[in-house]
Amino acid sequence: MSTAREPEGPVAPSPGHGSPLEPAPFTVRARAQDTRDTVTLALAPTGGTGVRPFQPGQFNMLSVPGRGEVAISISGDPGRAGEWVHTVRSLGLATQALAGSAVGSLVAVRGPYGRGWPVESAGGKDVVIVAGGVGLAPVRPLVLELLRHRDRIGRLEVTYGARTPEDLLYASELAEWRRRTDARFQVTVDAAGRDWYGDVGVVTQRIPDTRFDGRNAIAYLCGPEIMMRLTAEALEARGLPREAIWVSLERTMQCGVGLCGHCQLGPYLLCRDGPVLPYGDLAPLLRIRGL
Amino acid sequence: MPDVGSRWILARAEFPSLLGALARAGYRVVGPTVRDGAIVYGSIRSVADLPEGWSDRQEPGTYRLERREDRALFGFNVGPHSWKKYQFPPREQLFTLHRDGSSTFEVAPPPGDEPPTAYLGVRACEIAALRIQDRVFVGGAAIDAGYARRKSRRLVVAVQCGQAGGTCFCVSMGTGPAVRDGFDLSLTELIDAGRHEFLVEVGSPEGARVLEGVPLRPADASDVRAGEARVAHAASSMGRTMETEGIHDLLLANLESPAWEDVGRRCLACTNCTLACPTCFCHSTEEVPDLSAEHVERWRRWDSCFNLSFSELHAGSVRTTTSARYRQWLTHKLATWFDQFGSSGCVGCGRCITWCPVGIDLTAEVRAIRSAAARTRSGSGGSP
Amino acid sequence: MSAPVRPITATELGAHEFLSGLSARFLHGLVPEAERRELPVGHTIARAGDPAREFFLIEVGKVALEIAAHDRPHLTVLTLGPGEVFGWSWLVAPHLWRVDARAVKPTRVLVVSGTALRRALDAHPTDGYRFLQRLVPILAQRLDATQLQVFDVYRP
Repeated sequence: MSTAREPEGPVAPSPGHGSPLEPAPFTVRARAQDTRDTVTLALAPTGGTGVRPFQPGQFNMLSVPGRGEVAISISGDPGRAGEWVHTVRSLGLATQALAGSAVGSLVAVRGPYGRGWPVESAGGKDVVIVAGGVGLAPVRPLVLELLRHRDRIGRLEVTYGARTPEDLLYASELAEWRRRTDARFQVTVDAAGRDWYGDVGVVTQRIPDTRFDGRNAIAYLCGPEIMMRLTAEALEARGLPREAIWVSLERTMQCGVGLCGHCQLGPYLLCRDGPVLPYGDLAPLLRIRGL
Repeated sequence: MPDVGSRWILARAEFPSLLGALARAGYRVVGPTVRDGAIVYGSIRSVADLPEGWSDRQEPGTYRLERREDRALFGFNVGPHSWKKYQFPPREQLFTLHRDGSSTFEVAPPPGDEPPTAYLGVRACEIAALRIQDRVFVGGAAIDAGYARRKSRRLVVAVQCGQAGGTCFCVSMGTGPAVRDGFDLSLTELIDAGRHEFLVEVGSPEGARVLEGVPLRPADASDVRAGEARVAHAASSMGRTMETEGIHDLLLANLESPAWEDVGRRCLACTNCTLACPTCFCHSTEEVPDLSAEHVERWRRWDSCFNLSFSELHAGSVRTTTSARYRQWLTHKLATWFDQFGSSGCVGCGRCITWCPVGIDLTAEVRAIRSAAARTRSGSGGSP
Repeated sequence: MSAPVRPITATELGAHEFLSGLSARFLHGLVPEAERRELPVGHTIARAGDPAREFFLIEVGKVALEIAAHDRPHLTVLTLGPGEVFGWSWLVAPHLWRVDARAVKPTRVLVVSGTALRRALDAHPTDGYRFLQRLVPILAQRLDATQLQVFDVYRP
């Protein structure tokens, strides 16, 4: 099977009326504090008219009205209709406002946008997923989708790295995943105190121990750019061709639909052509400083 | 009603009747006018608003108005403005969000009451620029509602260039100087001893409709030849040339050329080039809430890839150096625009050269990159 | 607490993936000064500044490498499991441990004397080169990892 991107249909228009730049009202249905600065929100359309299906790896534009709009990947279960789940790390004005949203409050939403993980390309292959930090959020729908159709792929190896044990997302779900016998989830942190009984080390150090057949595998990476680059290099050293490696990139996104120019990386408008792109095409670009 | 493709002669003395016809057809007319020592685009209510008898002298970092010896209405080249200010206004409200204490909100689009507008005096390079922005804003999967609305209400009255400016290079970019299509009406100013007329070509049924009632006589072969001679004169007097052969691959293969560092030392990152450029479309979005945040307006405004904040992520800007930002602009304009939108982003109008306060000339920068690449390839780049 | 000690054979040494494929001659030179130890949870193997006299090859269990200072809690910077090795300061003057090492699971290690190793590396340069070809990439990888940790990549 080719790793080429399967057709994924046109860019979905906004859930609102008219312009793709107009948001629709959503209500916070549930809120979970993942870490000190990160929360997960479940958003349902106010007034209850379903949500569009999304591809794992796609994102929405979210805003607490008046506090600015920001691109946040969808981290919910693609098999679960009716709501959109977003994990938000509080970093700037817009994300602070979102992370502070209580259950019942309003969020303006438009999307989903972008091109996600090529899930179909995983068919029959060993799958390696490596996520770092909040990079677990955009791969969570991918993991859930692959677990739902577990029989369609070979091995499933997921490695997740965070800064400290306190920074790990989805702790209870991670524990559940780690109990599975049909997939291996490695969790590692960069540094920890003695009260952490898990692994310590950066994700790249787990790659030598990751099991896959480089001739028939696909890898999905999400995290800081430097982490993805070193991970991709480590996977290449283990015999996985770079054409089989997909990464999700982050740049400022303001319109989400390829009009505002902020998210350019060389030939790509990441909101429109990405955020998930093949590492084989990106590797030369990621080497250039300040591109 | 005149046929599309037909050619006519409009006497200079009857030019006001063309303006009258545009108004009668329901168009607000905008076009070139002299303001603050430059020819800019503004409201045209009468012939007196046009830059009659004015020309301009343009060189890198230089723009001067000069008196012409004749009384030509369009005897100049493009100024600091472009039509994008009408198609894609510098500041535009996207919508208003009303909360009104309820558990939901309403999104109201802006009034969208821009009148049908005739762009009078659109040059060939500017038609190319309009097409490029059309592809960006309404040519993809996401249609920009405001732009689409304004595009549907625009009437293009082109003017053929009879001369080229010192920073013009439309011939290199294949965008001019001849206006060939993409217009509703096209005018060629025919002016010499004892003659001042306009050769008018009808480019669309709407153009034909507008012309009804305007006193015209059919153009003959010599009129058409006279018009072609004007355009040929412009083509032969280009101030600049751009070597476009293989430019996409050249620039992308030389992202670390020393030429970027060099231009980065001269560039002030003032953003003039991006504001003057008729195709630059990058913009930023901002929200304006009232005190209660019950009413929030979302606006967009022109932004520039030369601003440090343009590429800002939470950990800082991606393009921290001026050379990185210049590289972004030039490679986008001349190379990655092809990948993103299927054409070059440059039309050869020369505005970025003229309006650069330090006179950076992108045609020279491309030559510098080309020759640095050639030196590297031939292996003579190193020390002996 | 002293850990249980068991003598081992060259075959057992060669069964560890780090030493596999090295010549019997080379491994035999190590056997007299090699042993197998069982380490209970919490057992401190070494502390930073201790003389570094031994090389450790993990067979079973998990070992944490920690940085300790009087005024801060212990910070674990790396955990190692079966097949992995630690304790290379016997190779590098002044032969002092750089970190604390502690068993965090019931652990079984092969322990080889640094003196014996240096002697074997000198005596059998071909095996010695292969030994270093395996050790240096591990050190390089830990250096890479340290750079990522210093870079604090997940920092906001």
